[in-house]
Amino acid sequence: MSGDGVNKQRRYFLIGATSVVGGVGIVGAAVPFVASWSPSAKARAAGAPVTIDFSRLNPGEMLGPIPAWRGQPIFVLYRTQAMLDELPKLDASRADPNSERPQQPAYAKNEWRSRRPEFGIYVGLCTHLGCSPKYFPAVQPEPFDAQWEGGFFCPCHGSRFDLAGRVVKGVPAPANLVVPPYSFVSDRVVTIGVDEENA
Amino acid sequence: MQEPQSTSRFPAMWTAFMGWVDRRFPATETFEYHMSKYYAPKNFNFWYYFGVIATVVLVLQLVTGIWLTMSYIPSGQGAFASVEYIMRDVQFGWLLRYLHTTGASAFFVVVYLHMFRGLMYGSYREPRELLWLIGMAIFIAMMAEGFFGYLLPWGNMSYWAAQVIVSLFGAIPVIGGGLMEWIRGDFLISEITLNRFFALHVVALPLVLIMLVFVHIVALHHVGSNNPDGIEIKKNKNAEGIPVDGIPFHPYYTIGHDLPGIVLFLFVFCAIVFYLPEMGGYFIERPNFDEANPLKTPEHIAPVWYYTPYYAMLRAATYPLFTLDAKFWGFVVMAGAIALPMGLPWLDRSPVKSIRYKGAISKTMLAIFVVSFFILGYLGTIPPSPGATALAQVCTILYFSYFVLMPWYTRVERTKPVPDRVTMR
Repeated sequence: MSGDGVNKQRRYFLIGATSVVGGVGIVGAAVPFVASWSPSAKARAAGAPVTIDFSRLNPGEMLGPIPAWRGQPIFVLYRTQAMLDELPKLDASRADPNSERPQQPAYAKNEWRSRRPEFGIYVGLCTHLGCSPKYFPAVQPEPFDAQWEGGFFCPCHGSRFDLAGRVVKGVPAPANLVVPPYSFVSDRVVTIGVDEENA
Repeated sequence: MQEPQSTSRFPAMWTAFMGWVDRRFPATETFEYHMSKYYAPKNFNFWYYFGVIATVVLVLQLVTGIWLTMSYIPSGQGAFASVEYIMRDVQFGWLLRYLHTTGASAFFVVVYLHMFRGLMYGSYREPRELLWLIGMAIFIAMMAEGFFGYLLPWGNMSYWAAQVIVSLFGAIPVIGGGLMEWIRGDFLISEITLNRFFALHVVALPLVLIMLVFVHIVALHHVGSNNPDGIEIKKNKNAEGIPVDGIPFHPYYTIGHDLPGIVLFLFVFCAIVFYLPEMGGYFIERPNFDEANPLKTPEHIAPVWYYTPYYAMLRAATYPLFTLDAKFWGFVVMAGAIALPMGLPWLDRSPVKSIRYKGAISKTMLAIFVVSFFILGYLGTIPPSPGATALAQVCTILYFSYFVLMPWYTRVERTKPVPDRVTMR
């Protein structure tokens, strides 16, 4: 075949136009395949708000880990006055003592990181790689920390958090424990996943 | 195509049959191109067993894997119990599963040795750059295949290992959180995640692996095999155009070299399958005898041994930099450690290919690289401590220096003269 009389400009235009239209088609066809990996309606329904009744929790104890909200373990902490008094003294050795990072709703951006000082509610997953930290409330030397002030210790990579879920400086975890959105239904009943009081 | 000659050593009926086939499909031509007229250097040594053994293990994994899917149930309720069912009630189910779990570790052993051979003899150098890159793609696909497969028994270590590795993607700024949810298909590792990992493990990645291995062999037979001397045998051809230092791959290497090697490998492999299938917790980890429990993290999470060097490097990053968390940099270091070998064809500036003719610095750097890889592999299996982290940081720097300093040390060192013909040692 000879190339004489071939309108090269038109040929390039047609190749270009076909490629663009074909490319758009491929992207469009990829949408259902990519989107089907997102959480399904069933998974999202299972992630609906849940209510936790912790009326039998005593001061100093923790309820949890319970597979509460979105299947994630939720810690409900009943802190004593002594535990609360300890928190401000630890500020200097915390990575984010004043909760500047968006790890909590606005109403939990305070020194005890909760709506009510005595009740701390946290997502029980380490902010490093998602292991579940263990509760060591007592102020006593522990194998992982001779000057332990009470809080959470993650067995996976050694991250430590205090009783307000604030991360200790120099551990692998970059941020404080997440505070889920929650609201009090009554004195000892909370709904996890809902922001407004009495919503 | 001409009719086959009657001088053939095969019975006339076979010759006639192959003639019929060859006129419709290039059977003889393909066999000759890849086997009986593929000329491989005559000086292959011990290190040239592992490519073919890797292929044998791939076939073993495919066959045992297909048989395991016949009894395995990919559901949150059924997965753990179905693995116990395979182990206790299915006839020879224990053997199929141990062949598959030991096969996974064996796959990585032979592939690591195969890659080390490439590092020693400069098998990644021109004209084998694409061959090396395809091989690296196989390695990455294998790592993904192993990771997806590890969730399937739905043991507690399966669960938390998946949780930790998927959380790595959470370290990516801005899109991390959404990406994690997209990978899991849920707000945590769940049956939904298990189902998609099952699909990826038994359908998608095996297809990718088979295609990549095919392309790897096509590329190899196009450029020809390297050898311990790093000499191009195609530069020295006789009057018929056959490399003088080459011998036909079949039957000299297939029957004379590879078959005994495969038998020897199978002896060792079977000894492990029958006497040490858990390898003291390295091949099958103890917490995996408990069912997955989203509320109870095992006391100590360590990946299977073949990921531990990279896991140790991930944990070695402990400083935040440029306003980004240490966690993100750990992800970058790990991804870099896996990706860096892809740059080797362009990092190595030595005038010679093989370690036999390279200078003292190259030899030392390779030795340091191997030692630090082993130390990192060990550190990845133990719980973190300040001492272990410091050692991991040193070894990570040594691992990276092997690659990053290569353009410099391969150029400045004094190399030995390369002979014209391959040497038999």
